[in-house]
Amino acid sequence: MPKLTDVGSRILFGPEQDSFRETVRKFFQKEITPHIQMWNERGYTDKEIWEKAGSCGMLGINIPAEHGGIGGSFADACIVMEEQGYASVNGPAFHLHSDIIMPYFSKYGSEEQKQKYIPDMTAGKKISAIAMTEPDAGSDLQGIKSFARKDGSDYILNGSKMFITNGWLADVVVVVAVTNKEAKSAAHGISLFLVDADTPGFKKSWLMKKIGMGASDTAGLFFEDVRLPASALLGEENKGFYYLMNELPQERLTIGVHACAHSEFMFEETKQYVMQRKAYGKTLSNLQTIQHKLAEMKTEICVARAFIDQCIALHEEQQLDAQMACMAKIWASELENKIAAQCLQLHGGAGYLYDTPIARAYLDARVQTIYGGSNEVLKDLIARQILAPARK
Amino acid sequence: MSLRILVGVKRVIDYAVKIRVKPDKSGVITEGVKHSMNPFDEIAIEEAVRMKEKKIAKEIVAFSCGPAQCQETLRTALAMGADRGIHVEVAGPQFDTLQPLHISKMLAQLAKDEQIDLIIVGKQAIDDDCNQTAQMTAALLDWPQATSASKIEAKDGSLQVVREIDGGLETIKVKLPTVVSADLRLNEPRYATLPNIMKAKKKPIKKLTPKDLGVDVSPRIEVVTVEEPPVRLAGAKVENVDMMVEKLKALGHA
Repeated sequence: MPKLTDVGSRILFGPEQDSFRETVRKFFQKEITPHIQMWNERGYTDKEIWEKAGSCGMLGINIPAEHGGIGGSFADACIVMEEQGYASVNGPAFHLHSDIIMPYFSKYGSEEQKQKYIPDMTAGKKISAIAMTEPDAGSDLQGIKSFARKDGSDYILNGSKMFITNGWLADVVVVVAVTNKEAKSAAHGISLFLVDADTPGFKKSWLMKKIGMGASDTAGLFFEDVRLPASALLGEENKGFYYLMNELPQERLTIGVHACAHSEFMFEETKQYVMQRKAYGKTLSNLQTIQHKLAEMKTEICVARAFIDQCIALHEEQQLDAQMACMAKIWASELENKIAAQCLQLHGGAGYLYDTPIARAYLDARVQTIYGGSNEVLKDLIARQILAPARK
Repeated sequence: MSLRILVGVKRVIDYAVKIRVKPDKSGVITEGVKHSMNPFDEIAIEEAVRMKEKKIAKEIVAFSCGPAQCQETLRTALAMGADRGIHVEVAGPQFDTLQPLHISKMLAQLAKDEQIDLIIVGKQAIDDDCNQTAQMTAALLDWPQATSASKIEAKDGSLQVVREIDGGLETIKVKLPTVVSADLRLNEPRYATLPNIMKAKKKPIKKLTPKDLGVDVSPRIEVVTVEEPPVRLAGAKVENVDMMVEKLKALGHA
């Protein structure tokens, strides 16, 4: 019986990519799944697994080889994201490191910064985080308060950041901070800084406990009079907001890619369950109400898959616009939560047990409509695009 | 040393698949079932690649015999680091009755044709569990053999091989050319990375027939029947040790 998660079932991927997918699948099964329960409970993974992933070629896939990455396509990178969804393991946050943060280094980094960080990031020797959210600013990026004051050619950074994925284990953090308080709009006065974990004044102060995504560490970070040399500035001063706007569509698409794959995992997991669970002398799958539920879910997932694959293909050609990326994130993350709730219901009491795969998947899915720009904020962005001509 | 290594890689049903017997009991179901490289052969390839990385070897030739899909298995070997592949195509009923002796004859002929110094194969395949290919290949070539290897070191024109034997380890020295079979603890095979998978696409795979190697693959055996292992029967509980002893005696076990 063919599964949604079978290798070789999608037109987007050629034989070499299918072969890579087999490798990645094996990697997750052998190297991640056996440890996931322990990592999930304690709230973080470890440096060793990042190095293992690096040495096995799982990181920085879509970063050009001449910068120290693997030199694969975005679709190649999607294979790792999807396999993480198929394995339903909630950490480590490889895609954040490889496909959200590494592009900042590759696109906006100086030659020196690229050489210093990218090869080590690809090797998993340097784990990265990006610090945007603050106690008083989340999806509304223009409200951030962290401030980097100029002091000669140096900067003095002060501020605090919240909900920072990979923040606990990070060796380097891309910190979003205000550099010009007098800018005519907040967006014109924001810069990005590369802050190494051992910089004096930088503290990882809080490992946050969440309802899901346990193996993906989330931290609260503090910066107290952190002195940064000019070489820590990423790209140009006061251009940070534009860099973020350029890179956020890819971040949103990656969430959509993962959400769709995770939905496929939950569907297959539940299909297996209802085919063996007995009720009234037969398996659950003999009941029409269950059969129709499976049919509905598969239909919805396949329709979402078609859109996500279209987005991946467009993004390969640099043709994916901001609103389509928002749509992918909204649609797939809402579907993922719907599928999670329905699949948990089909598992009955077993689905309510914390250690079943479906229960964990349900808890992990919840954050997907919240982070990466909450779905509500993304709807604002889509609406702005829709109404743009009318506003002129 | 700069050896030319020949490695045998067999395409088998993936270790994670639950094997099902065909309704007519003529064999097991292979259609639509996930296949992959025999895990012991992965270890064999890995060892060859490590020898090449240490400059002990100069070329690695991967060999596979079976249906067209064996090319995928060879591609995996190439992605792991083999330099080129040789596929001997055998399909259909002939493939169903293919035996280690046939494969050994092919390996022996290839060893001569390709000027091979070292043959490494997995100690056994996880489908038929024969554990014969290395031994028979060595016999056909009149080469020494080092089976069930858990460590291989090259030392002035010969190999020092640690073998896993019942209850311990045996260290032997074999002169080259030689045949080695890989055991489970020899190494941990690498994952094929994306760049290496892409490079493997361009590496050559030569296609041959058994005839090209002068090997007759007509059946030497007939499969009479293939059956599922017996289903484990329900046990019974006993109250204490005395009752257990009594029960064992009654069943004739003690």
